[in-house]
Amino acid sequence: MAEPAILTMTGISKQFPGVKALDNVDFRLLPGEVHALLGENGAGKSTLIKVLTGVYSIDEGTIALEGAPVRFSGPSQAQQAGISTVFQEVNLCPNLSVAENIFIGREPRRFGAVRWQEVRRRAAELLHRLQLDLDVTARLSDYSIAVQQLVAIARAIDISPKVLILDEPTSSLDSSEVDELFRVMKQLRDEGTAILFVTHFLDQVYEISDRITVLRNGGLVGEFLTRDLPQLELVAKMIGKELEVLEELEEQPGREAAARAHAEPVLEASGLARTGAVAPFDLSVHRGEVVGLAGLLGSGRTELARLLFGADRADHGQIRIGGRPVALRGPGVAMANGVAFCSEDRRAEGLIEDLTVRENIVLALQASRGWTRPLSRRRQDELVEAYLRSLRITPANPELLVRDLSGGNQQKVLLARWLITNPRLLIVDEPTRGIDVGAKAEIQRLVVSLADDGMALLFISAELEEVLRLSHTIGVMRDRRMVATLANDDDVDTERVMRAIAEGAVA
Amino acid sequence: MSGRMGAAVGTVWRHRLFWPVLILVVLLLSNLIFTPSFFSVEMRNGHLYGSLIDIARFGAPLVLVALGMTLVIATGGIDLSVGAVVAISGALACLWISKQPDQNAVVGVLVAVGLALLLSLVLGVWNGFLVAAVGIQPIIATLILMVAGRGLAQLITDGQIITINSSPYKLIGGGYLFGLPFSILLALVMTLLAVLFTRRTALGMLIEAVGSNAEASRLSGIRSRRYTLLVYVFCALCAGIAGLMVSSNVSSADGNKAGLLIELDAILAVVIGGTLLTGGRFSLGGTVVGALIIQALSTTIYTIGVPPQTTLVFKAIVVTVVCLIQSPAFRAKFSRRGRPGRADPPARSVQQKVEVPA
Ligand SMILES: Nc1ncnc2c1ncn2[C@@H]1O[C@H](COP(=O)(O)OP(=O)(O)OP(=O)(O)O)[C@@H](O)[C@H]1O
Ligand SMILES: [Mg+2]
Repeated sequence: MAEPAILTMTGISKQFPGVKALDNVDFRLLPGEVHALLGENGAGKSTLIKVLTGVYSIDEGTIALEGAPVRFSGPSQAQQAGISTVFQEVNLCPNLSVAENIFIGREPRRFGAVRWQEVRRRAAELLHRLQLDLDVTARLSDYSIAVQQLVAIARAIDISPKVLILDEPTSSLDSSEVDELFRVMKQLRDEGTAILFVTHFLDQVYEISDRITVLRNGGLVGEFLTRDLPQLELVAKMIGKELEVLEELEEQPGREAAARAHAEPVLEASGLARTGAVAPFDLSVHRGEVVGLAGLLGSGRTELARLLFGADRADHGQIRIGGRPVALRGPGVAMANGVAFCSEDRRAEGLIEDLTVRENIVLALQASRGWTRPLSRRRQDELVEAYLRSLRITPANPELLVRDLSGGNQQKVLLARWLITNPRLLIVDEPTRGIDVGAKAEIQRLVVSLADDGMALLFISAELEEVLRLSHTIGVMRDRRMVATLANDDDVDTERVMRAIAEGAVA
Repeated sequence: MSGRMGAAVGTVWRHRLFWPVLILVVLLLSNLIFTPSFFSVEMRNGHLYGSLIDIARFGAPLVLVALGMTLVIATGGIDLSVGAVVAISGALACLWISKQPDQNAVVGVLVAVGLALLLSLVLGVWNGFLVAAVGIQPIIATLILMVAGRGLAQLITDGQIITINSSPYKLIGGGYLFGLPFSILLALVMTLLAVLFTRRTALGMLIEAVGSNAEASRLSGIRSRRYTLLVYVFCALCAGIAGLMVSSNVSSADGNKAGLLIELDAILAVVIGGTLLTGGRFSLGGTVVGALIIQALSTTIYTIGVPPQTTLVFKAIVVTVVCLIQSPAFRAKFSRRGRPGRADPPARSVQQKVEVPA
């Protein structure tokens, strides 16, 4: 340990009204290392990053960069000092182009005028480094949340920072993008950049990190060398108890796949399509069946889901719900027919940040009742209490503004919003995005039990294992086309699905 | 013990009506220096008189217009046409009454009021239609009526000032009921109705959701067009009532001047009351206080004798100061200087809705 730390934080405390988010936390970062910052949802990881970069002020403690005490007034100042950050909730401007987003605030100029040619060329170059081939002049909001995350990362690595902070950068990436990202991270690390990396994927921790710091309930549990800390011990440190092994979900859905696929169909799409988004496809989801969608980034999984909910209008094909043809003119119609859709982009398409946790949870239910039939406050409190408890949302205070919750807890709020509407078909797009290990297993268990109770589910996840474990049927998407539907029986495994994705047909 | 006191003071301090109310109180108190009798309210022939009553009475039209404006702004919109609606409504009512053989006949006045309010509703539907169904940006959509509406008002009055002499009509803006000016009661009733409609139903929450994140609201199944239309109609109705008040108070309708620039005062009142121009959370109580602040400011300008040529500058300065005091970012700068490291309102550099002071 001869190398001096490039960044040291000592005795950091941060109090929010009612929550001690950080309590006397020490943290250090060495040059040329990837350092994983781990902990459950609400442990204080993002808060530590935000006090470091000056988004929040600290109550107590000191920060030193290369030995000199510093205190930043905000991320831009931190950036000037060589600390580049990608926050958990990607903060880019959706209305600007990809290239503008990458260079905003530091555009190459000549005689004061922005050199747009140069901006576009360099943006494309940077993205290429992440193996991303985008139209850099398109609006950022035209791209999925995963791409937006990669754009934010491209922006952060452009200036070869001394310290690179990535708060859950992989939460919505497929394995191939994760690989690209890791390649770039390793390259930066070898050039001497210190990288702080937050994730809930433990295999990624072991793949890339050299050192681990664990937080629990705002307190420091300890700092460890990754190679000295076995995974089970790590989990125990994160959740604070020897864990009753988070065993894989026992029953493989495979055994029942056939039975479920013969139950009565809840939703049947035939020849459904939207030009430029999804090619015509047929799909039916039956009572008690979990249909998983597998595919790479940009393969059209989200676009397909949006058609089934009426979030976008299909221009071809029909939908039958409960046997009756339905013209899905909008989400309202879908909801009236018992379809719910939990979007992957909780910030732009999900939560209403200015409203409280309670209001966010009852929103969809209230919307479907209309304004004249308000849910009584009593009823709201009952419903909300129940889900705060069953999904273990912390802090369990329904009157907090939802934006003051940690990322994973926000995700659970969004899920709760749709669960209380008690739909016949629940479409979940990346429902476990940003959710910690323990809670993730719980949500997976929830999916299984909802299906057992007769709910139909369409399950989208970038994690193929998760899709395989939960689904009875798997729809494989490639290039905005559904190329195969596989019954998830004994001989379906990751490899076979990957092959179907690669070849565009059942192998 | 002192800890608990501190906490109590802390919550008062944090209440969102704290700053608007404090500003109003300071403004009123500053009048005492020039007019020691400023706070005295007396009963004359069963009617209440006094400077405070006057502020409320003259402020009533602004309170009404600002109420409607609050809901429009909460959806993320804005209504520039309220001044024109004030003029149109007053003009139509006065025209109708002036055509009556007996201007004091109650029925004629009621019909006049009904017609004026009906026309206001139609104008509100027009605005709401342009915004919600056609999808024109609110500022442009309502600009159309702002300009064209003045023309319409002049058309109604035939370019003249219509003067009437109708005691039932005079009641609306200049009369008394139960010892209180009728206009105050009317503003009070409308305020209560607005609060009931938004907070006793789910309307308020749904409007706030639409204003904070339209796309997320749509995907939650909120039929936002419906609510957008509704708030523009309500806003026009409020402006229509305000128009009746204004014209009744002076017993005449002036298509040119009535309600001129009231949209700006109303927007200001909404913002001072703590509702952000970007939409989302709104506070009707805050708006009422905001409107009273603006009216009190006008009154103060007269009582302390600001020279007429500097009144506008004076008003601008006070409004700027009020907005600065209201801005959490500005306050944080000062409180941070005093007590470093205290939990301050998080400086949200993360691309957040910016507090727009005015
Ligand atoms: N602005 C805020 N106001 C009040 N409380 C906050 C605020 N930001 C965070 N908190 C609280 O601080 C605690 C730590 O939150 P933080 O976002 O740091 O968690 P996290 O470890 O990043 O979790 P996740 O894995 O879910 O992202 C949580 O209890 C959260 O509710
Ligand atoms: Mg976080």
